[in-house]
Amino acid sequence: MARLVVLGAGVAGHTTATFAKKWLGNGHEVVVVTPNSLWNWIPSNIWVGVGGMSKEDVVFPLAPVYQKAGIDFRQAKAVSIHPEGKDGSDTPYVTVEYTGQNKEGQTEEITYDYLVNATGPKLNFDATPGLGNGEGGIGSNTVSVCTADHAVHASQELKQVFEKAKRGERQKILVGTGHGMCTCQGAAFEYIHNIHHEAEKAGVRDNVDIKWISNEAFLGDFGMGGMHMKVNGYVVSSRIFAESLYTERNIPWIIGAHVNKIEEGKAHYELLDGSTGEEEFDFAMLIPPFAGAGMKAYDKAGEDITSKIFNPGGFMFVDGDYAPKPYDEWKAADWPRTYQNRDYKNIFAAGIAFAPPHIISKPAKSPNGTPINPTPPRTGMPSGIIGKAVAHSIVDLIKNGSSAHLHEASMAEMGAACVASAGKGLTGGQAAAMTIYPVVPDFDKYPGTGRDTEYTFGEIGLAGHWIKHILHHLFIWKAKLKPGWTLIPE
Amino acid sequence: MSVEENFAKNSEFNLSMVPSKFASFMRTCVIWQFIRFVAINLKMIIVVRKSH
Ligand SMILES: Cc1cc2nc3c(=O)[nH]c(=O)nc-3n(C[C@H](O)[C@H](O)[C@H](O)COP(=O)(O)OP(=O)(O)OC[C@H]3O[C@@H](n4cnc5c(N)ncnc54)[C@H](O)[C@@H]3O)c2cc1C
Repeated sequence: MARLVVLGAGVAGHTTATFAKKWLGNGHEVVVVTPNSLWNWIPSNIWVGVGGMSKEDVVFPLAPVYQKAGIDFRQAKAVSIHPEGKDGSDTPYVTVEYTGQNKEGQTEEITYDYLVNATGPKLNFDATPGLGNGEGGIGSNTVSVCTADHAVHASQELKQVFEKAKRGERQKILVGTGHGMCTCQGAAFEYIHNIHHEAEKAGVRDNVDIKWISNEAFLGDFGMGGMHMKVNGYVVSSRIFAESLYTERNIPWIIGAHVNKIEEGKAHYELLDGSTGEEEFDFAMLIPPFAGAGMKAYDKAGEDITSKIFNPGGFMFVDGDYAPKPYDEWKAADWPRTYQNRDYKNIFAAGIAFAPPHIISKPAKSPNGTPINPTPPRTGMPSGIIGKAVAHSIVDLIKNGSSAHLHEASMAEMGAACVASAGKGLTGGQAAAMTIYPVVPDFDKYPGTGRDTEYTFGEIGLAGHWIKHILHHLFIWKAKLKPGWTLIPE
Repeated sequence: MSVEENFAKNSEFNLSMVPSKFASFMRTCVIWQFIRFVAINLKMIIVVRKSH
């Protein structure tokens, strides 16, 4: 009997664990280690953050789902990986620290035959002074929608802002990224447009100034270097459409910005041209930069090998080409295909946890040497597809032995469908529905745009909102392993 | 108020484009959007199938 241990039960880890268990059956063990008792459909946190959904609408308890599936659930966080075992035993293991199940604070060693690191991002608020609380959490100056609890708090604060605006007090709202090396601009995009939509519905938009600030070199970059799509006989950049939407909705933008300090009601920033500025606000939602989960790794002798397994940001090295090279030499082939750790072949990383070989957008620095560029997004669809491919590979390795063929899911060969909400409502809602193929541009295959413009498109409208709403229910259905769950694609 | 007034609000807005009344209307016109719903779903299914 083999044991697969999956660290993290987000989009990638939950996909890996549930498919692996289904394919392996009862002859092998699947253990999931994750610190939260609840599963969260993160994309819908945006609607929680504007009061359009409750926390209960976007989360559900994991324990009953795993019990039904026959998955061993440990509510704990992984602290360290020991891929060579320890003195007296060659069996690899992870050390975990419980956060629930009445074992809070207790540590345990869990041995594994195969390990999947799907621990997603650590929300690194403290990277920007004043954005964090100095203890790893969010500070009191801004709000966040990255977790369901953050989003509940954001919606309460936003409500107060709208109430003040209703009383005639002019309010300033700032939304975007809270550091020069952030990703996840898409979430901030959704939040700012949902705020606009709700402010209009509440009749307070005229009393609320809404502004965008981000580290993108141009509006519509989204950490993917933007995208070109076919519209009405033209092939155009996403910049044109992003700028149009912001203009239409009277949302001015500051781009190429590294937010370097937050004070109560004020954000300080440096721009790509080296100039500095500050922006006042009554309410701000700034996405923090993402780091890896921060696990350590040790060899058999107990020596620290963290830097062998993880990059300096805490993301796990896999089968990508990590040799540093200039932008002109970046290739689609640099991107990992199997997500197998380069040193320990029974370890894989899926979703945000794997180390990308480099960013996707064009790198940029201010004259002061400050890097200001989005880091690569790994959105839901790629995270799910990678999680499933990794499950497939491990199941084949367990069933067919170490020569089994590994399944591939390169982000430079897969597309992504993404629906970015721009306001919620059955008849008045809107969302930008997009597909992009491939996620990582391949300029050798598609000179000029780096992508296949037959399969890269975007369109805003009510239909997009309907799709987003249906996806909310579909993905929660799938994550709960309800009938037909395997038929719903990642 | 027409969104065209936004062109005057700052120099970046001025160089952008805004939808006409007709384009804005079509974005939330239920019949048209139902057609787009079908079309977008088909496009997405193709990309999803190519990616798995
Ligand atoms: C507000 C917001 C909106 C978004 N909207 C969209 C969208 O519309 N479409 C889209 O495609 N993507 C969207 N995304 C991105 C999407 O949420 C991510 O791509 C996806 O969640 C990544 O999956 P993951 O499994 O890598 O990480 P996660 O889903 O974050 O999962 C990581 C898991 O690891 C656990 N974990 C953390 N540390 C440890 C540890 N030490 N040990 C064990 N477990 C640990 C966490 O608790 C969590 O369960 C959005 C993101 C945000 C923040």
